Amino acid sequence: MSVMNTGGNPQLNRHGELNHLLTIEGLPRDVLTRILDTAAPFTEVAEREVKKLPLLRGKSVFNLFFENSTRTRTTFEIAAKRLSADVINLNISTSSANKGETLLDTVDNLAAMQADMFVVRHASSGAPYLIAQHLAATDRDHIHVVNAGDGRHAHPTQGLLDMYTIRHYKKDFTQLTVAIIGDVLHSRVARSQIHALNILGVPEIRVIAPKTLLPTGVERLGVRVFNDMREGLRGVDVVMMLRLQNERMQGALLPSTQEFFKSWGLTPEKLALAKPDAIVMHPGPMNRGVEIDSAVADGKQAVILPQVTFGIAVRMAVMAMLGGN
Amino acid sequence: MKIHIKNGRLIDPATQTDKPLDLFIGAGRIVGIGCAPAGFEVNSVLDASGCVVCPGLVDLSARLREPGFEYRATLESEMAAAAAGGVTRLACPPDTDPVLDEPGLVEMLTHRARLPEFAHVHPVGALTTQLEGKALTEMAELAEAGCVAFGQANRAVVDTQVLLRAMMYAATFDFPVWLQAQDPFLARKGVAHDGEVAARLGLVGIPVAAETIALATILQLARETGARVHVTRISSAAGVEMIAAARAAGIGVTCDVAIHHLHLCENDVGFFNAHARLDPPLRSTGDRDALRRALVSGAINALCSDHTPVDDDGKQTPFDEAEVGATGLELLLPLTLKWAQEMKLPLVTALARVTSDPARILGVEAGCLKVGAPADICVFDPAADYLVSREALKSQGKNTPFLGYAFPGRVRYTLIDGHLAFDGTLS
Repeated sequence: MSVMNTGGNPQLNRHGELNHLLTIEGLPRDVLTRILDTAAPFTEVAEREVKKLPLLRGKSVFNLFFENSTRTRTTFEIAAKRLSADVINLNISTSSANKGETLLDTVDNLAAMQADMFVVRHASSGAPYLIAQHLAATDRDHIHVVNAGDGRHAHPTQGLLDMYTIRHYKKDFTQLTVAIIGDVLHSRVARSQIHALNILGVPEIRVIAPKTLLPTGVERLGVRVFNDMREGLRGVDVVMMLRLQNERMQGALLPSTQEFFKSWGLTPEKLALAKPDAIVMHPGPMNRGVEIDSAVADGKQAVILPQVTFGIAVRMAVMAMLGGN
Repeated sequence: MKIHIKNGRLIDPATQTDKPLDLFIGAGRIVGIGCAPAGFEVNSVLDASGCVVCPGLVDLSARLREPGFEYRATLESEMAAAAAGGVTRLACPPDTDPVLDEPGLVEMLTHRARLPEFAHVHPVGALTTQLEGKALTEMAELAEAGCVAFGQANRAVVDTQVLLRAMMYAATFDFPVWLQAQDPFLARKGVAHDGEVAARLGLVGIPVAAETIALATILQLARETGARVHVTRISSAAGVEMIAAARAAGIGVTCDVAIHHLHLCENDVGFFNAHARLDPPLRSTGDRDALRRALVSGAINALCSDHTPVDDDGKQTPFDEAEVGATGLELLLPLTLKWAQEMKLPLVTALARVTSDPARILGVEAGCLKVGAPADICVFDPAADYLVSREALKSQGKNTPFLGYAFPGRVRYTLIDGHLAFDGTLS
């Protein structure tokens, strides 16, 4: 008889330590800070001739990608390999027409291959919880789960690398005004950023979007809502752009990419309303001319490529903390 | 078989009775209340010391999963659950496979359900063929086969002209029409209440407007057609208000709420608990509190289990892929008592919502204790706790957000037509 998912939070073990990384929500500030601190020395590893540390030697990391992603999967793969882990990539397409094996059957099979860590990307919000709860219920808690993006819910390592980037350029979170701009409704990145910024004590977090791209009750997550981008950008220290997925541009959410760009695309002219030393971030991949103008994306204030570099260090830190020797 | 139920506290909501009275049963009917009829020779004595003796519960929505979904539940398993829950009469929605849109299917179901230890089954016939919302079913034939009302389970009739005509046709025969109020467009792909929790968890929300817009349509058409409308599974404060206003304006509409919506809210989704994936979705605490009050005042007429057994595989999935529904037959009584306790409501009033009131909606002479009535009786110990566990549940569906909880009220005996269908002293 299988054990049912009872909906508990399996992220922390009974000593309150991080056993899986499923979401940033509810993480104690010191745990979050420790991840960022751990990541710092890892940025230097990439500059060495031998870019490897033995922290995950002999460990098997399974990249379980139920949703296509080249970029995130690659950065996780690089991070795991730099920690000397054996990395196995699985791209499991799940069309509703072709269900086949259930999610938990897949997990059980891979667990039987002595996996030490699952890095999970899934189109359904909460899928990594189901896996972690299942592992806990079947006494296989020693296998760690890292959420690499689940539906609209969370993308915690992205949120963490964004915090690393902000800290790198701005040092003190408690004096900042941060704006998150674009499709918040469908964005797991935005949710993780909002939680992280709140935990780190950012006094003003703004979201800027048309009403069709904001979740109901978003202000309850601890943000100030702006529909007008010019108003929302005034005096901002950090500008975090979100990706607008192609499929959102059809249908009833937005009339056209042109109109979206006109109102919510980041141009040099709009960016000039933010503080002169404001940094511009984007989780990638960018839609130039949709949410961001090339002049901004390639401009001096953009820190989009450093985000990618820091992303590897942050993912190394998370994996080392969860499963390190 | 002559049975004497002794030393019990008899509660009959229909007559507002609540006092220590013995009950005497003969030939499947109640033959005496308080004192035995002349010449009564008892065959069996049931001790109801410390217990409440009340009419068997009447549940306005219990999916038995037959025909078509026997891997989720069978008539045998769910009837055992009903008896263990003190439920002696239930209505089952038409969303079986095939759907209950042909007289033969209804006859087969009622025939299969005709065992002495089985609760009385009242099928709700499909309002439209295949529940597709396009063509009317043979309602008169279906009624002859045993359907007490016509509905769509939780599917909508999208085409309002079809809905108008279906209600007109039903009104021709004065057949009740049971409808769930949920606009299919606003509910599209939705899996949770469109509120803070859905925003946080990244789940697709179903706004309250999905209920109120559908309700506005239903109430307008009820006024137009004069159809006897019963709204099933109301979920929001705004919905309750609309129904109350319609009633005040002279529309004879009734409604019910499910046990889950009376006790739970959006927060109970927790960390993607698939057991809390329900239709309609669990709404805000404010909605829940309004539902609780409306059931007290009678603005909501009845409480039902909305029993929907789902197998483990149907729930062991990410939240948005999980099957909707929860098992409920065995929780109806305990959750009625818990609500009564929390609202400081006399038992006689609380029990009306699961006995005489739903019986009135069903249009059957039941849910009361009077001499000559069928002996459908529930004897329960209000002081004993019922612990909800996979092992305790007789239903094949172990899917409930209440697993692990203990609630007041354990059934000691259930009698159906004077037949001892459940004996809790044996377990």
